Amino acid sequence: MSKTLFDKVWDSHVVRSIENGPDVLFIDRHLVHEVTSPVAFLGLKNRSIPVLYPSRTFATADHNTPTRNQHLPVQDPLSANQLDALQRNAEAHGIPYWGLGHEKNGIVHVIGPENGITLPGATIVCGDSHTSTHGAFGAIAFGIGTSEVEMVLATQCIMQPKPKSMRISIDGKLNPAVTPKDVALYIISQLTTSGATGYFVEYAGEVFENMSMEGRMTVCNLSIEMGARGGMIAPDAKTFDYIKGREFAPKGADWDQAMAYWETLHSDADARFDRELHFDGASIEPMITYGTNPGMGVGITHSIPEASAVEGGASTYRKSLAYMDFNEGESMLGKKIDFVFLGSCTNGRIEDFRAFASVVKGRRKADHVTAWLVPGSHKVESAIREEGILEILEEAGFELREPGCSACLAMNDDKIPAGKYAVSTSNRNFEGRQGPGARTLLASPLVAAAAAVTGKVTDPRELLELQTA
Amino acid sequence: MAYDKFNILTSTAVPLPIENVDTDQIIPARFLKATERKGFGDNLFRDWRYNPDNSPKEQFVLNNPIYGGKILVGGKNFGSGSSREHAAWAVYDYGFRCVVSSFFADIFRNNCLNVGVLPVQVSPEFLQAIFEAIEANPKTELEVNLPEQTITLKATGQQESFEINGYKKDNLLNGFDDIDYLLNMKVEIETFATKTPL
Ligand code: SF4
Repeated sequence: MSKTLFDKVWDSHVVRSIENGPDVLFIDRHLVHEVTSPVAFLGLKNRSIPVLYPSRTFATADHNTPTRNQHLPVQDPLSANQLDALQRNAEAHGIPYWGLGHEKNGIVHVIGPENGITLPGATIVCGDSHTSTHGAFGAIAFGIGTSEVEMVLATQCIMQPKPKSMRISIDGKLNPAVTPKDVALYIISQLTTSGATGYFVEYAGEVFENMSMEGRMTVCNLSIEMGARGGMIAPDAKTFDYIKGREFAPKGADWDQAMAYWETLHSDADARFDRELHFDGASIEPMITYGTNPGMGVGITHSIPEASAVEGGASTYRKSLAYMDFNEGESMLGKKIDFVFLGSCTNGRIEDFRAFASVVKGRRKADHVTAWLVPGSHKVESAIREEGILEILEEAGFELREPGCSACLAMNDDKIPAGKYAVSTSNRNFEGRQGPGARTLLASPLVAAAAAVTGKVTDPRELLELQTA
Repeated sequence: MAYDKFNILTSTAVPLPIENVDTDQIIPARFLKATERKGFGDNLFRDWRYNPDNSPKEQFVLNNPIYGGKILVGGKNFGSGSSREHAAWAVYDYGFRCVVSSFFADIFRNNCLNVGVLPVQVSPEFLQAIFEAIEANPKTELEVNLPEQTITLKATGQQESFEINGYKKDNLLNGFDDIDYLLNMKVEIETFATKTPL
């Protein structure tokens, strides 16, 4: 029988199917961070059981960490306590732990691929909803709750009903300055934030084939924002090149054996999906959000839709605009902004810093803008230095912070103040997500860079054209 | 986390006739910094329940001694918002074993089942009848019968049945959680693991 990519990976991991219940799914790799794990480890302790496969488990500190002075003790006692707990738990169970300052430290979804932990055909989970990022390699990857973290630590399995399948195909050529982030925000704006609820998405077509691995990660990362359990892309030569030689990737004969399997990982030609969607890549513009969920996005030259033109409750829509202090019909271009955040597991990789630097090069940060540039990992940070990007950023008046989740969820000190506007490359613009009262405009690194140098919402194409002229 | 078995629960109930109660209201984000599953009951509905100086807000239902019991009755779309399991922990740790509403957010419903709280979805009319009965007499009792999958207003005998997946029902009846189920499969899992390369 013909199968989808998703079927192939899922079915090969089912240990048992329970009648009238979920599948028991074997998990190849489990990523752990300090916020959703302590209670799970306590559960193990209460049951007096060990971690079943410590070598399939990897721990990092990212959610609750400062992005300055990481060599000093963490000031916030509650955060310090969570970090200590993770370190103690990792040591007690023999789990590799990459704490603050460690060369492999960084955001959990950035360091997985970087170190060759993320592999095609694998099942990967983590107590964070953006685990979907790893689907870029043809893995099944999704976020889980704390009870499930405990389950995976104890048994390397999880119990889930098999989701439905959806394929989103985009063909055509992307326009200049349209990045993977714009592609994802475009899809979410078309589908709404619940449009893919109950589905696992496969992205297919020319646009994704031509996309870099970093770009594919950005797209898969945002799958969760359209309600999907996760998203994935069939692995190809680009995927294998990216993985080859990374620390935890298979080597020698193991590599050849793995390759033989990985090359079978694509949807069969006549595979059936529960739902199929097609979009035209050429119709996508650089995007920006204007409201309080990631589905409230438009092409940057467009104006804010009228409440009557959107599906769903007009009163909820108006409440959202009131929070943003925006009005129906207003243009997004030219809106004054106060903060810029470049970072997160959505857009905190080297390619994102290259893109940002390509716009700010030879320009100056707007005086009234506070910019937080936070690399996704130490490896990203090193590349920024080695490639000479740091110089470009510093000459333009920017400073680089130390890696972590930072203002993506504002659990540390990096909080956008109430009422202020931030153009952010992260993934959620919910009320208060970036700090109580903060107003978030989600966008690509190019749009964030254009906002950082002009101090307002600006079409990056204007600046890029100037530069090539 | 193990929890007590659930079979037939007869109890008075605490009414919270508010719609769209989200997880930020059930347990505010600042309590996610804890490292133990302790004290979440104290912080259930923290900002509705206490003033910033920690004195109780008299008018909030949990601070009203007339109401009590192991059943929480909430308005439509209960538990929307983030996936934090802490919200379900707070409900359980406070002492509730059952939440009744006319609609639950998906993830909250799942989290409840994972921690031993039974979510019972009833019709909007029945929900209204429950609220009215409790308002008329706070000592009104509800009977939640898991084996039969029914909920009954004891005073009037008014009854409805509710849905639950067979596997989850077994778990609740036996006080098992998914981990118990999986631990019983250990040999099967270990055999499976030898087939899947690292
Ligand atoms: S950057 Fe944001 S979304 Fe990504 S892991 Fe951290 S908190 Fe989660």
